[in-house]
Amino acid sequence: MLKRVHFPSSPLPYLLVAPQLAITLIFFIWPASQAMYQSFLIEDAFGLGSEFVWFENFQILWEDSHYHAAFWRTAVFSVLVAALSMGFALILAGFAQRVVRGAMFYRTLLIWPYAIAPVLAGALWVFMFNPTLGILPYFLEFVGVTWNHYLNGGQAMALVILAAAWKQVAYNFLFYLAAMQSIPNSVIEAAAIDGAGPGRRFWTIIFPLISPTTFFLLVINMVYAFFETFGIIHAVTQGGPGSSTTILVYKVFNDGFVGLDLGGSAAQSVILMVLVIAMTVVQFRYVERKVEY
Amino acid sequence: MADITLTDLTKSYGPTEVLHHIEGDINDGEFIVIVGPSGCGKSTLLRMVAGLETVTSGEIQIGGKRVNELEPSARDIAMVFQNYALYPHMSVRENMAYGLKIRKLSKDEINRRVEEAADILEIRQYLDRKPRQLSGGQRQRVAMGRAIVRDPQVFLFDEPLSNLDAKLRVQMRLEIRKLQQRLGVTSIYVTHDQVEAMTLGDRLMVLNGGYVEQFGTPIELYDRPASVFVAGFIGSPAMNLIPSQASGGAISLPGGAQVNSATDANGDVLLGLRPEHLTPDENGPVSIDVEMVEQLGANTLLHGTLSGTNHEMVASVAGHDAAASGTQRRFSISPDLVHLFDPQTEKRLNP
Repeated sequence: MLKRVHFPSSPLPYLLVAPQLAITLIFFIWPASQAMYQSFLIEDAFGLGSEFVWFENFQILWEDSHYHAAFWRTAVFSVLVAALSMGFALILAGFAQRVVRGAMFYRTLLIWPYAIAPVLAGALWVFMFNPTLGILPYFLEFVGVTWNHYLNGGQAMALVILAAAWKQVAYNFLFYLAAMQSIPNSVIEAAAIDGAGPGRRFWTIIFPLISPTTFFLLVINMVYAFFETFGIIHAVTQGGPGSSTTILVYKVFNDGFVGLDLGGSAAQSVILMVLVIAMTVVQFRYVERKVEY
Repeated sequence: MADITLTDLTKSYGPTEVLHHIEGDINDGEFIVIVGPSGCGKSTLLRMVAGLETVTSGEIQIGGKRVNELEPSARDIAMVFQNYALYPHMSVRENMAYGLKIRKLSKDEINRRVEEAADILEIRQYLDRKPRQLSGGQRQRVAMGRAIVRDPQVFLFDEPLSNLDAKLRVQMRLEIRKLQQRLGVTSIYVTHDQVEAMTLGDRLMVLNGGYVEQFGTPIELYDRPASVFVAGFIGSPAMNLIPSQASGGAISLPGGAQVNSATDANGDVLLGLRPEHLTPDENGPVSIDVEMVEQLGANTLLHGTLSGTNHEMVASVAGHDAAASGTQRRFSISPDLVHLFDPQTEKRLNP
């Protein structure tokens, strides 16, 4: 323990943390508390007045079957996005590690999707999968699949999952590659001498050794799928057809800004806030475990 | 158990050749040490035998079978790495059993072998620990254990002791030697430490710049170094090397001194005198101006210059010696302990 005497009281430390505190208060704490306050209000139909109703908004959500469906949908969506993007990133990182010539070029190419704005990424996929103009529905026609994500909810879901996962592959790839490169080469070589083939080396040595990264990425990807996929969904399906791609974060927007149920929307965002706080706690508690070589 | 034959072995990275025409026959059960300064290609040579580096040209045979194209796992070898390369997520037992599981040995057989190896290495009480809970010396033992449970034809050691402290290094050195003699497995050991090389090896392969300078027993290397490099590398303190003139058996040193050699040579030579072969002698021909004295207890090192010149010389005198810096000391040397090298080719002149 340092003695207090080492820190003579002076306004300087407070001054130094002030900007950080100000930003946090104005841009994070204040809006969050506004949302919390709003979730206790119900507006009248014309937006002329509002009534303080305590937890009625939450109670309505608790009983709302649409909200339950959105919850379930979000779970499926986020698990699939995380699994797909992490799985694919893992494969790519495994290959990238073996590449010697042109490694930088290959890696740079793989990082590009991360630099694309979500809405643009969505637009890209919309064009590719456009039922009338898109190149992929054209090819799918040959294998007997009629693609129309404007009508088919399952296809719409598949499309947003694909687009969301694609965008996140680059990020996961970077982390997986770094994790793999931190494994000493000699450990892999020792396994090779012990008689393990490439597949076995991967599953019994590399995969367990990068498991902290996998866990970290799982949390990050879940958070991503929960919140940051809004732009993609908005550009690709707008939550439709029907509500087949309306995940929680999209429902917050839809109910609040389209349906103008500000109180209900705020209550939903408070629930999302609790969820992300829970995930962050989990991450901070367990992700800090590192592997020692 | 197997012998190893290296035939005209060459390794290139792109246009750069790093190992040049290595030849060597290693007998069954022999302990070979490859020694040389950093960057001489010794680890590369070992990794080629292990199958971790490809062979550019030439041939490696283990037990009379060409292994150039074989995967490391198919060569029936075990390797101990400098950083031990233990699997951090597995217990000591799992580390040692890993290779055996892959070979699909029965559970009982695996347990028997692991425990036998653990007893030999005295690590039985650590079998259920993870590598991070072990000290450096214990990790080293586990790495050795992982090698011996496999019961391979060849052990390969890549500077296994360089991460240990000096005392532990001496102890492990002896243990490795004892273990190898007990198991009788052909071994190749790479090190840059000449003491380690001299004490461990049945024979030493001295590598320099990708060339084999000399391949022989430690005593051969010490008594009859084949080149200036070996002469300077083996023995501590290093051999004194003085450019001199030879005429028949008489060698004239700069500064006027003359020593006799058992060899007939003429013209420019490089004269090699081991510090410990210089015998204090009031009437000796070699005179040294002492500049610094190192008392080592068992012997005393006298650092200085050859009188009348500025060639640095070291002499090692048995026991304590009260010689003060600034004094002049005279030494003689037996003619059969005089080494002569060609100054151009740096090869040995005396037979």
